[in-house]
Amino acid sequence: MKLVLNEEQQFLKDTAKDFAEERTPITHFRNLRDTNDPAMWDKDIWEEMVNLGWSGILIPEEYGGSDFGVTGMSVVLQECGKTLTPSPLFATAVLGAYAIKEFGDNEQKSKYLPLIASGKITTAVAVDESSHHNPANTELSAVTSDNGFVINGSKKLVVDGSSADVLIVLARTSGSMGELAGLTLFIVDSKADGIIRSKLEMADSRNYANIEFNNVAVGASSVLGSQEAGGEAIDHILDIGRIALSAEMLGNSEAAFSTTIDYLKERKQFGVLIGTFQALQHRAAEMFCEIELTKSSVMAAMQGADENSNQLQVLASLAKSIAGDTLHLISNEAIQMHGGIGVTDEYDLGFFLKRARVAEQIFGSVNFHKERYANLSGF
Amino acid sequence: MENLENFRSEVRAWLDENCPSSMRTGADPQIPHDEVWGGRNAEYKNPESKIWLDRMGAKGWTMPTVPKEYGGGGLDKDQVKILNEELFLIGAKTPLLSFGIWMLAPVLLEYGSEEQKKEHLPKIIKGEIRWCQGYSEPGSGSDLASLATKAEDKGDHFMVNGQKVWTSYADKADWIFALVRTGPLEPKHNGISFLLIDMETKGVSTKPITLISGKSPFCETFFDDVEVPKNNIVGTLNAGWEIAKKLLQHERKFISNFGLAAAAGSKKDLVSIAKKHFGENDGKINNTFFRSEVADHKIKEHAFGLTLQRAGDEGGKASAVASMFKYYGTEHNKKRHELMISAMGKDGVAWDGDEFAEEDKNLTKSWLRTKGNSIEGGTSEVQLNVISKRVLGLPS
Repeated sequence: MKLVLNEEQQFLKDTAKDFAEERTPITHFRNLRDTNDPAMWDKDIWEEMVNLGWSGILIPEEYGGSDFGVTGMSVVLQECGKTLTPSPLFATAVLGAYAIKEFGDNEQKSKYLPLIASGKITTAVAVDESSHHNPANTELSAVTSDNGFVINGSKKLVVDGSSADVLIVLARTSGSMGELAGLTLFIVDSKADGIIRSKLEMADSRNYANIEFNNVAVGASSVLGSQEAGGEAIDHILDIGRIALSAEMLGNSEAAFSTTIDYLKERKQFGVLIGTFQALQHRAAEMFCEIELTKSSVMAAMQGADENSNQLQVLASLAKSIAGDTLHLISNEAIQMHGGIGVTDEYDLGFFLKRARVAEQIFGSVNFHKERYANLSGF
Repeated sequence: MENLENFRSEVRAWLDENCPSSMRTGADPQIPHDEVWGGRNAEYKNPESKIWLDRMGAKGWTMPTVPKEYGGGGLDKDQVKILNEELFLIGAKTPLLSFGIWMLAPVLLEYGSEEQKKEHLPKIIKGEIRWCQGYSEPGSGSDLASLATKAEDKGDHFMVNGQKVWTSYADKADWIFALVRTGPLEPKHNGISFLLIDMETKGVSTKPITLISGKSPFCETFFDDVEVPKNNIVGTLNAGWEIAKKLLQHERKFISNFGLAAAAGSKKDLVSIAKKHFGENDGKINNTFFRSEVADHKIKEHAFGLTLQRAGDEGGKASAVASMFKYYGTEHNKKRHELMISAMGKDGVAWDGDEFAEEDKNLTKSWLRTKGNSIEGGTSEVQLNVISKRVLGLPS
């Protein structure tokens, strides 16, 4: 494994950087928030992303994608993270596309992947049921019926859940809460009878929903992957999501850090630039080191995903915990170093802090991943 | 390619014939192991250590890329790669540890006169002369450029007076490369020269330093009216600071790699120590709080290792990155030792006597020794200064 991007990946990253800077600078996000956009992402921008091929990066060519890999997908999210660009990329192009590509049967792949690649549908993956991420704690049940299953239960904080056309739902078909065994994944139409979606207003102003399932009937063909093997499958899908999200969080960190360094070079107090103060210089230098460590971890994780590394779980937990720790540190320090202006809504930094804390919770907090890293590493 | 394959067969045949059996994998563990530093007064517990050094030195393979005219191997990069692979394959011991090789030789190659290269490089390469480094002084630690050891121009020679400190192995070295003040009236960075001094010269003396961890290779080195030939200056008079900085980069890189290599190769593994002393439950360290500290530490270690790898894959740029590695590597090593002795409880602070295991007592000493890691070769604070100014461009 070489911890550098190849030429094509670098090109994709440069394209994404230009796009984010020109089409979706932070003012784009601010407008969406201020206008209380229901989806919290812009349809025209999404169409442009689809035209650039980003919705199909993880999708094989035969289904209309480019099969460009997790590294390519992640560097796009990293660049979007720098300008806090909201879009269906994470929930649809990463999670939905990967879940169906990796675990779908031929019929499911033919049905959904071309629609995802061409931007005609968006997806959401519904996993958590309580305030903390833990796939094993799934209670939502899918009970066999005459022509399929009946789903009952509720899901919390589903990313893009309020607008997605298709839901991928983790359900218990046997066993009891706390076990990864006995879980099954289902592909469910979000408009099916018995589904109630409640849009959530979270600190980061993005698209989330709580979703209730009341006697939702689905056919046997809606099982994604093998029945009862959903625990293993979701763990793998989540790892890809964690890696991509870590890349986005790295982008958040890089941008907040660079804004802060610029500020240290222009803000004067006591007649001097505050960047001359060693108390700030050393903290800035430490943040630099943490970002460098995060870059390496994210790079190793996304390359590991593309190389089918048998260390994927370890690398995903490494990346998500380091990316979380680093973004936590930088989102706090950036505001402190800016002083008063840092806590005003008019200034953009607060967006990074709010996004940081929500992203830290999605698919496992720093603590969740430290514990998982320890378990996987045999201590 | 064909030439390279020929070269490989030659190397293999030569090693087969010339690398003594106790110098490779499978050596009889009863044979004492030497840490070979060479020099005029070198002593060997195993005579084959000397034979191995002499043979490798004669080939110039202790510094394979140095041109043959200076005693080196005259090999190109591809050949060196093959040589290293073949040495690795038979598990050959490093024939020579040497500040001459790691620090002085690169400087001589870049700044030395033809005469100096011809005189000193072959002896470094053969391990005939052992060098030490005279940089720090009692009054010049982080502010190295304020050094006061003076070399006065006495017409046909320099007269050196002053004191150096933290000179590793000065009591065993034959020569010292030292920074001396030759321009007392110049601004401090512009009055320093890089001077080579034979330790046998009249007026040079050394005294070992005992650290909080006990015995150490460090010494104080005193210069009392020491006469040094004028052509022993490397580079231009009063232009020694540039050379000093170059050399420090080599040193920093060396120290940070050292920390990680030590962590990777050490039997003193944090996880096994923690499991031993806290017990384990289903493979987990049986102390939740400590386990979480270990996880935190191991994750950082993993990320740091990947960062060293990435720097290599990117083609290893910028000296400022060396500062990051020095800072992070040494702080990490300190933390690792704190965690290890903490895991060991009372045994972690054992000092002496028969009641404690040898390895436990040694760990206490290692832990104390790590306190110097973030001071020697530029303190952590100096490294953070370098990062904030040179990488981040923060104003002074």
